[in-house]
Amino acid sequence: MSFQIPIGPQHPALKEPISIRLTVEGEVIKDADLRLGYNHRGVEKLAEEKSWIQNIYLCERICGICSHSHATCFVQGAERLLEIVPPRRGVYLRYLVSELERVHSHLLWLGVAGHEAGFDTFFMYTWRDREVVMDLLEMISGNRVHYAINTLGGVRRDIDETLRQKILDGLAVLKARSEYYFKIGAAEPTFVARLAGVGRLTKQQAMDLCATGPTAKASGLALDVRKNDPHDFYDEVEFVVPTADTCDVLGRTVVRIKELFESYKICEQILQKLPDGPVAVKAPRKAKPGEVVSRYEAPRGENIHYIVANGTEKPERLKVRAPTLGNYAATIEMLRHGYIADVPLIFAAIDPCICCAERAVDLLDARTGEERTLRFSDLRRMANDRARTLSPKRNVEWPF
Amino acid sequence: MAVLKTILYLLVFPGILFLFVYSTFVEWFDRKVYARLQNRMGPTHTGKSGLLQPIADFVKLMAKEDVVPDAADRKLFTALPVVGLAVVLTAGLLLPVWNIDLAAASPVSFPGDVIVLLYMLSLPTLILFLAGWSSTNAFSIIGGTRVLTMLFGYEVPLFLAVLSPAVLAGSWRLAEIAAFYRAHPLLILVNLLGFGVALIAVQAKLERTPFDIPHAETEIVGGTFTEYSGKKLAFFRLMSDVELVVAAGLLATVFLGGCGSGLITAFVQFILQTLFIVFLLSELRAVTGRIRVDQVVSFAWKWLAPLAVLQLLIVILIKGFVL
Repeated sequence: MSFQIPIGPQHPALKEPISIRLTVEGEVIKDADLRLGYNHRGVEKLAEEKSWIQNIYLCERICGICSHSHATCFVQGAERLLEIVPPRRGVYLRYLVSELERVHSHLLWLGVAGHEAGFDTFFMYTWRDREVVMDLLEMISGNRVHYAINTLGGVRRDIDETLRQKILDGLAVLKARSEYYFKIGAAEPTFVARLAGVGRLTKQQAMDLCATGPTAKASGLALDVRKNDPHDFYDEVEFVVPTADTCDVLGRTVVRIKELFESYKICEQILQKLPDGPVAVKAPRKAKPGEVVSRYEAPRGENIHYIVANGTEKPERLKVRAPTLGNYAATIEMLRHGYIADVPLIFAAIDPCICCAERAVDLLDARTGEERTLRFSDLRRMANDRARTLSPKRNVEWPF
Repeated sequence: MAVLKTILYLLVFPGILFLFVYSTFVEWFDRKVYARLQNRMGPTHTGKSGLLQPIADFVKLMAKEDVVPDAADRKLFTALPVVGLAVVLTAGLLLPVWNIDLAAASPVSFPGDVIVLLYMLSLPTLILFLAGWSSTNAFSIIGGTRVLTMLFGYEVPLFLAVLSPAVLAGSWRLAEIAAFYRAHPLLILVNLLGFGVALIAVQAKLERTPFDIPHAETEIVGGTFTEYSGKKLAFFRLMSDVELVVAAGLLATVFLGGCGSGLITAFVQFILQTLFIVFLLSELRAVTGRIRVDQVVSFAWKWLAPLAVLQLLIVILIKGFVL
């Protein structure tokens, strides 16, 4: 007997709304489909209304986990358009926060993976230790989530010797804890039994479907903007891009834990080599007409911002490609022929940030399935008409 | 006098009142141990150290709106929680905790009561399956089928593991089995393997991590309980708590030598032994992740069942050559 199971738009496994439609036979998934557009926020349109400096803080709010990633990606591009070069100390501090953010994001993901696999003890432990890095970020920037440390032409805050020492101490704690998590993630029998062989994505599939970040790395593709396109900093520090060849959720876990160690290494190098000097230069208000593509390796994968300047104080266009969007096609492939029990794990393994990736809304007629393009004012009028005339419909058939 | 004693037995100890209070205490104990193992505080606010939290949860649920889905079979849907609670409370009466007089058998202590108790513990599983099925919700139906699928895995190892101490004691009566092991405490060690198997099987029966598959929140929302709310959900939760106490009491009686005959000693021993077993079960809950339903069945038949048979073999050999 095959029937359809809706995962989402509202579901305990999903922290944000997305709809995964599964056709299942017993416990086995025969087909999967994704439907987006439940969390469209109009960030790109809003960016056209704001000045260059305001847009940094807008971009920071694209994502609540990798907030610094979007802000940095935007700032990298904007600085090229404004033709300014941030001082070395500013650059080092910017990427110090980047790597600490990667640590916090991966620790968070480990906890989520534990929770999705029903291993709540792991979840509690990783999130407790994540507080260490959150505290470090708060000490550096003053904030736990939206650090707001970037500015055009550098960073807004400097660190002193005491703080430098505190960060090194915190990194030592985190390193010891991460080694413990590596042991658990690769050895705890019930946990490994749940992760191994789940959500397979071959190297060829990962390449064809444009997978990115740890998803691609776990399929043996060493794709990392920090190595492939080390913009203005990453060629000055030593690190390797960890990969795994198991092509499953276990591989994605291992890759993320290994990335933690690489991030600790990078942070230590930054703190050792930290140059003296100012942390920021003054930026002009207007950018010359032009366009730029800025790439950045966010914890979830490659983040791309395409920015067009028209010579005014505001960008003409900002296009954001969040890493989650790049992984959706691969997710559908991973879900096929798996078990229902593995859906949350497979979906969580791409570390989805749904609201980051939402750029459009499809308007579908619930009865006919016909797609339409409407002005917002028309949509609002239709909704009001419907609310006035129709009685609430019982037993709405899902999926429409 | 005998009537009064029976009424006391039914209503107070180990009847409804005691089972209600003690099962909520055990839930608190389980939550607290689980929380401390996870570096959390667990319940703290209601009562001293949060002792009253499970009762508060129960009262809160009783006051909540009670929704029955349109498509569900109303009578079955409503009857299941009540029947389930009644079954586990009845099973609780069979535990030999107080009026154990081996010579003059009371109505609830008879040869073969260990089998009856095991069957009574199987009924909640069936009730959970029916609850899932009668909810007519896709998540509930999957939860219900998972309940049954798991049953095929753990039931046989559990029966084999619990019955082998009975074989060694040469009795099918719980009170006699307990008396036998109190007379020969060293023989308890013979059943250690069976104790381990029974602990894991009981964990599966109670649907606790790593076997909380039928109501795996992140996969199928509430599983069997998705459509249940209010009083019915409160009854189901109480049912699970009482089932935990009864299962722990069964293991204590069969594997740990049960309780003495005096009222106070019996009470204290019962509490200590069941808490010990619940502690082990909480520990198991904290250190494992949820496995898949197919992994449960293959694990049960690859490991639990052979180990239970091995235990039975050990018991038969010892009974034949040593005793």
